[in-house]
Amino acid sequence: MQLHDVWFVLIAVLWTGYFFLEGFDFGVGVLTKLLARDRTEKRVLINTIGPVWDGNEVWLLTAGGATFAAFPEWYATLFSGFYLPLLLILVCLIIRGVAFEYRHKRPEDKWQTNWEHAIFWTSLIPAFMWGVAFANITRGVKIDADMEYVGSLFDLLNPYALLGGLVTLTLFTFHGAVFTSLKTVGDIRDRSRALATRLGVVTAVLALGFLIWTQLSRGDRWSLIAMIVAVVALLGALGCNLAGREGWSFALSGVTIAAAVAMLFLTLFPNVMPSSLNDAWNLTVTNASSSPYTLKIMTWCAGVATPVVLLYQGWTYWVFRKRIGTQHIADAH
Amino acid sequence: MDLALAPETLARWQFGITTVYHFLFVPLTISLAALVAILQTAWVRTEKEKYLKATKFWGKLFLINIAMGVVTGIVQEFQFGMNWSDYSRFVGDIFGAPLAFEALIAFFFESTFIGLWIFGWDKLPKKIHLACIWMVSIGTVLSAYFILAANSWMQHPVGYRINKETGRAELTDFWHVLTQNTALAQVFHTLTAAVLTGGAFMVGIASYHLLRKKHIPVMRTSLRLGLVAVVIGGLLTAISGDTLAKVMFKQQPMKMAAAEALWDGENSAPFSVFAYGDVDKGHNKVAIEVPGLLSFLADSTFDSFVPGINDVNKSEQEKYGPGDYRPNIPVAYWGFRWMIGFGMASFAIGAVGLWLTRRKFLLPPALRTGEDERPHLVPFHKPLSPRLTRLYWLTAIWTLGFPLIANSWGWIFTEMGRQPWVVYGVLRTRDAVSPGVSQGEVITSMVVFTLLYAVLAVIEVRLLVKYVKAGPPELTEADLNPPTKIGGDDNTADRPMAFSY
Repeated sequence: MQLHDVWFVLIAVLWTGYFFLEGFDFGVGVLTKLLARDRTEKRVLINTIGPVWDGNEVWLLTAGGATFAAFPEWYATLFSGFYLPLLLILVCLIIRGVAFEYRHKRPEDKWQTNWEHAIFWTSLIPAFMWGVAFANITRGVKIDADMEYVGSLFDLLNPYALLGGLVTLTLFTFHGAVFTSLKTVGDIRDRSRALATRLGVVTAVLALGFLIWTQLSRGDRWSLIAMIVAVVALLGALGCNLAGREGWSFALSGVTIAAAVAMLFLTLFPNVMPSSLNDAWNLTVTNASSSPYTLKIMTWCAGVATPVVLLYQGWTYWVFRKRIGTQHIADAH
Repeated sequence: MDLALAPETLARWQFGITTVYHFLFVPLTISLAALVAILQTAWVRTEKEKYLKATKFWGKLFLINIAMGVVTGIVQEFQFGMNWSDYSRFVGDIFGAPLAFEALIAFFFESTFIGLWIFGWDKLPKKIHLACIWMVSIGTVLSAYFILAANSWMQHPVGYRINKETGRAELTDFWHVLTQNTALAQVFHTLTAAVLTGGAFMVGIASYHLLRKKHIPVMRTSLRLGLVAVVIGGLLTAISGDTLAKVMFKQQPMKMAAAEALWDGENSAPFSVFAYGDVDKGHNKVAIEVPGLLSFLADSTFDSFVPGINDVNKSEQEKYGPGDYRPNIPVAYWGFRWMIGFGMASFAIGAVGLWLTRRKFLLPPALRTGEDERPHLVPFHKPLSPRLTRLYWLTAIWTLGFPLIANSWGWIFTEMGRQPWVVYGVLRTRDAVSPGVSQGEVITSMVVFTLLYAVLAVIEVRLLVKYVKAGPPELTEADLNPPTKIGGDDNTADRPMAFSY
């Protein structure tokens, strides 16, 4: 295994971390409209992710930075090619971050309502868009001999990609509902579990369709294994949720996300961004990667820093381990 | 194509708008994190309530500010790929690494510990909670270091080779990239300017309350801390600026010649105070100058030779082929002056303030003031008249914006002064843009970002004003009795969170 293969795996790991973590906080954002009955409940939801969402989002920045450093051609083609979808995601992430921080800073009802709408939409849209983006990456897009994306915006909105978007949206929302039932007390916890069951069923149907589609068009033995893991874990998460085993359910919905990302990356390898026009124009781990020297430095850095990051991020979850309910929400500041 | 709408022009405008905007928040974040950490340290050590009140007050303003810094920073991570894909392809091997390091080491640090700090008041024992804000502060400094090392490589590329086969730049010595003198000087200059910025912010807001004689104990303390930051920050900014200028005279003589509108090289070159020139003909029509000073700034002697714009242009033409290697001279010239002018004006106002509000040193005992009194402004033996006192407080309030203007011009100067290069001497800006991105797409994103940023600016400033006016909060029972256990004490399990969104 060469260093660029290692980095292919590490990029997959970073995206897995991102989707696992921000996945549930996108889900929680969506639930502010699906689950919460009033403002206090909305705030319970938002506060379950309050101390952690920012750290979760850094997984995206790290995935972006690491792609830039390890696979500059991939970074360049991807972000210049998926220009408008990425713009939409960035706008959502900007508004979303501000919304969390500013919503409670004024007492006016209108002010708070506006930011609450913002939290919902800016969680829902990226949750959908990331699925669209990754489905397109694995499916292959119009890339020319100069590694430039030459398709249009509408080429990205094909049925396979849209289904991918629905899968990430429902999967993240399910993941968020399971997380909510794990992190809250009282009525909202029970309702969250009930909602998780319904969301889980929808997710299972959509995910099964998408993963089988993926497997049939590009899969091999390894991707099949990942697919089976993803499906079994999802069903397990559903079952544990029904049985009231919230911790297990959350762990398994996390495994579902990890296995689904693994499956997509397995069907991708050794490409990083295949061309739908000509196989010779594929971006691969070799033609898109940095020099061995850069990869070596990056490997050292990632090898030392990542465990430390996991340690202190994990510690954060431990510090805020107590469940919260409506009684923990102060009236105003 | 119409030059005004050329892809390069649009992409540059977008980068300029988003980056200058982002950098309004960055220096404030860097310095306020440290200043809040200092105040909280004072609270933990002395248990004086005014320090806790000050921590909460400045902490709130810090959080309003950092939220904007964080979200506008996301764009920075991706717009190299979006608008500058050929740049990304060419330099990714080198430029990507510090960016990835920044995310992996600094961003995680900042974002995780800021969450712990915001929500940790009733979840963490006092000292651990304090450690969190220091961690945030360390994170902000590390972040600045990595991104400035990356930028320094664009100013002065080192530790690389051009791979003839792929036509890309490749890293050969990462340590050199991280420790070259350009990077060290830029980091030094940026961090000291940040201290000046945060200090002026604190002085301005404290003066606002002191002018109205409100919240005196907290604002007195804040004022002094702010003034010290302004004076130390200001002095060091001048020193680091001089260091950086000397580096630039060697590495980018064109930038410094443009900064001085020095058209033709001279022995004993003068420092320009005011100039109005004709760019096409390459000379100044009006020039007010201090003889010999520029030579001194460039090389520490009053008679050394400083090359002019026309000289450097000619030598670059010989080196890189025909073309115009001059940046936008008026922008470089005036940018340089606005940077120094506004930065040093805030330093001067701070230095005067530090002297006027001195507590004991050479101050007649009758004029010394207690904790609850607004300090007298005493030039020598007598306080200033009420009118002059009022004037000083008002001036101090307005000064809080000066370093922000100086910072912005500093970046505009150093980035535009490097043109037509994006990587000096290696890659031209016009060769760095994304070839596949359409004019419509760039215009769309530029309009979207500009409008969004404008709306957010209004929202942010109004929030800041609201919280500035509200003053420091009253302390609660919970504030004064922090938990002793990590995760919060058990007997407070059903108490509302000390902070919730």
